[in-house]
Amino acid sequence: MSQTGTPADAPRTAVSTAPQSPAATPGGPAAAPVPTTDGRAAAHSSSGPLSDGGLVQLLTPDGERVAHPEYDRYVAHLSDEDLRQMLRDMVLVRRFDTEATALQRQGELALFAQSLGQEAAQVGSGRALRPQDHVFPSYREHGVAHVRGLELTDLLRLFRGVDHGGWDPTSHGFHLYTLVIGSHTLHATGYAMGVQRDGAVGTGDPERDTAVIAYFGDGATAQGDVSESLVFAGVNQAPLVLFCQNNQWAISEPTTRQARVPLAARAPGFGIPAVRVDGNDVLASYAVTAQALERARTGGGPTFVEAFTYRMGAHTTSDDPTRYRAAEQEALWRRRDPIDRLRTYLVARGALPDEFVASLTAEADALGEHVRTQVRAMGRPSAASMFEHVYATPHATVEAERAWFESYESSFLDRAEGSPR
Amino acid sequence: MTTTTHAPFVREPGGVSRSHGTSSADFARVLGGTTSESSEAVTLAGATPLVPAHPAEPTGTQRLTFAKALNLGLRRALADDDKVLLMGEDIGRLGGVFRVTDGLLAEFGEDRVVDTPLAESGIVGTAIGLALRGYRPVVEIQFDGFVFPAFDQITTQLAKMHYRSRGRLSLPVVIRIPYGGAIGAIEHHSESPEVLFAHTAGLRVVSPSNPAEAYAMIQQAVASPDPVIFFEPKGRYWDKADVDLDTVTLAPHGAAPTGLDRARIARPGTDVTVVAYGPTVTTALKAADAAAAEGTSLEVIDLRSVSPLDTETIAASVRRTGRCIVVHEAPVVHGTGAEVAARITEECFYHLQAPVLRVGGFHAPYPVAKIEHDYLPGLDRLLDAVQRSLAF
Repeated sequence: MSQTGTPADAPRTAVSTAPQSPAATPGGPAAAPVPTTDGRAAAHSSSGPLSDGGLVQLLTPDGERVAHPEYDRYVAHLSDEDLRQMLRDMVLVRRFDTEATALQRQGELALFAQSLGQEAAQVGSGRALRPQDHVFPSYREHGVAHVRGLELTDLLRLFRGVDHGGWDPTSHGFHLYTLVIGSHTLHATGYAMGVQRDGAVGTGDPERDTAVIAYFGDGATAQGDVSESLVFAGVNQAPLVLFCQNNQWAISEPTTRQARVPLAARAPGFGIPAVRVDGNDVLASYAVTAQALERARTGGGPTFVEAFTYRMGAHTTSDDPTRYRAAEQEALWRRRDPIDRLRTYLVARGALPDEFVASLTAEADALGEHVRTQVRAMGRPSAASMFEHVYATPHATVEAERAWFESYESSFLDRAEGSPR
Repeated sequence: MTTTTHAPFVREPGGVSRSHGTSSADFARVLGGTTSESSEAVTLAGATPLVPAHPAEPTGTQRLTFAKALNLGLRRALADDDKVLLMGEDIGRLGGVFRVTDGLLAEFGEDRVVDTPLAESGIVGTAIGLALRGYRPVVEIQFDGFVFPAFDQITTQLAKMHYRSRGRLSLPVVIRIPYGGAIGAIEHHSESPEVLFAHTAGLRVVSPSNPAEAYAMIQQAVASPDPVIFFEPKGRYWDKADVDLDTVTLAPHGAAPTGLDRARIARPGTDVTVVAYGPTVTTALKAADAAAAEGTSLEVIDLRSVSPLDTETIAASVRRTGRCIVVHEAPVVHGTGAEVAARITEECFYHLQAPVLRVGGFHAPYPVAKIEHDYLPGLDRLLDAVQRSLAF
């Protein structure tokens, strides 16, 4: 199918372009079907979008390393130190998540969207990126932001209401969060088309060849823009990885309200190879993303990755999951915690010294303090800043309204100088 | 034969581009590099061979249709900046359903004149991504009524990216939309949705009225660092006029009277100011001829820009004439005329001898073609408004 465009020097590793069977899972099923509270349990069948069939897995939920004929080579170079760094990433991001949630409860943030439970999918995929690659996140990719080197508190400017963005997207190759579901997958596709036009694909130069990755969720797959992204990426053979975190919930709607088949099964219809991965397995998430990125950079075109994971927290701090899902399901997925899995593996290898754990705990505590301090110090933008950057060049309407507003404001200052309004 | 790998500007040994559809000579020329001797045209499977064309640079003053003037303006934008690219449905081999992009694929290649999938949101969304990578996409929406699948990308993403990023990102994207009626078309092919975009902060909305304006304004739109929604009056595509092709393209924005966001006085007059843009400027000029025959002097203002509105130029005119009529094909309700009327009332209330009148479409979906001329603001309806204004 789409593989016809792969240059001879590109990896020929077979990625199924058809829905995969459960038998293909080397490490066994990642999860057992669990009914939802509303009786939609039938949807958790072996062939539906919540099927655990065909997931690439390198670490079992018990932290046991299992061999995989195709993906072992993508993690063979990772040292224990590399794995400890992934553990560190996940622990720090979870601490950030916890602090931000607490800050929202204290009224310091208007809203927060947790990444809780999705740390492995985000850190694993993010660690496979190169500096020149470009990320188009949705709005809970805090783990990816962290591994791209963003100041994590910058992410909270949006949630505190002092900025619609909060960071420089070009300096870390990490675009602004996009809140309208799925819109950014098209931006990522177009960006990748630009990468092609720049000749930054298939040159063989590891510092030049560039891939683009778009993160989105199971809910987004129902959006037209995501389907259009698959069309444009497919026909253009764009150097793009479409990374879908299927966390099983689009606010209150299970993935069965978005699809009848595993989400990855859609991509082959667009001529795009797809792979399902255990998204709570940081090693497997790294491996499948590394393969997809390599395909993109070498001119092999786009790949659809479905990372099957679980949104352990609420959709946002405004959500109440007890209204629509069972405590038993949450408990089951807590036992599949992505951080515990890697920690167990490292402990079993004797690769997690006490000093590292103590140091990481201290670092997480310091991060928590840093987040609290930074958020409270963010201040308030000036009112007149609402007129800034509406256009890149002066626009008569904006200029006139700004002039009126400032005149109006100064009339109060004249009347009661220095007093708070 | 080509591969399906898309690797533009990468030439393989032997001189034939890996990208399908154009010769390596095209890419070399586009990049300003040396030209290979090879002119072998690579063809798409099942498509007619594409013969690269190298027409001489058009110069001097030529009598051109509106569509050809746009074509040459786009051609010049493509030639001047290799980051400019055109995207849209049927704009390549076909040259666009109105032939505005005729011949540009052959000259600039498939990576710069891109036949896109038939998906408007996808076209605009990927144009945004290309702009984020440093390109200057010029998108063609085939007809006015087909822009709405892209409405979210335009109003939510394109319009706001500069603002959300606090100026760190700019999206110099032009969206060309053939608009307006009077061509006897079936539904969704005759609408005037410009105020839906003018109401959105972050977008500039302009519309040229004649071939010379079209030639200059499309180049200014491409040069603008802001997103520009460029409305082309399709009923005027075949109007002809002299166009000076050697005109130096001036800065798109700023105080100069040639700026993209400045109105122009299309015909000076003393009795009534008639404000028009796009297709109705010609209507207003005809009305001025007719009124002059009866001793009434109309001043016709071609707005050129709906966002921003050049209130200054309109108000200066109304202070002279004391009367103002706004004419556009779009429905008058919540329209450009309403905005002009409000601003003129605020700016020069004591100069007004009559209320500002609006002439335009009705609050009904665009009607069937057999009665569209009863819907459109023609010469008679405009002259009727002139009489009402003078009689007030």
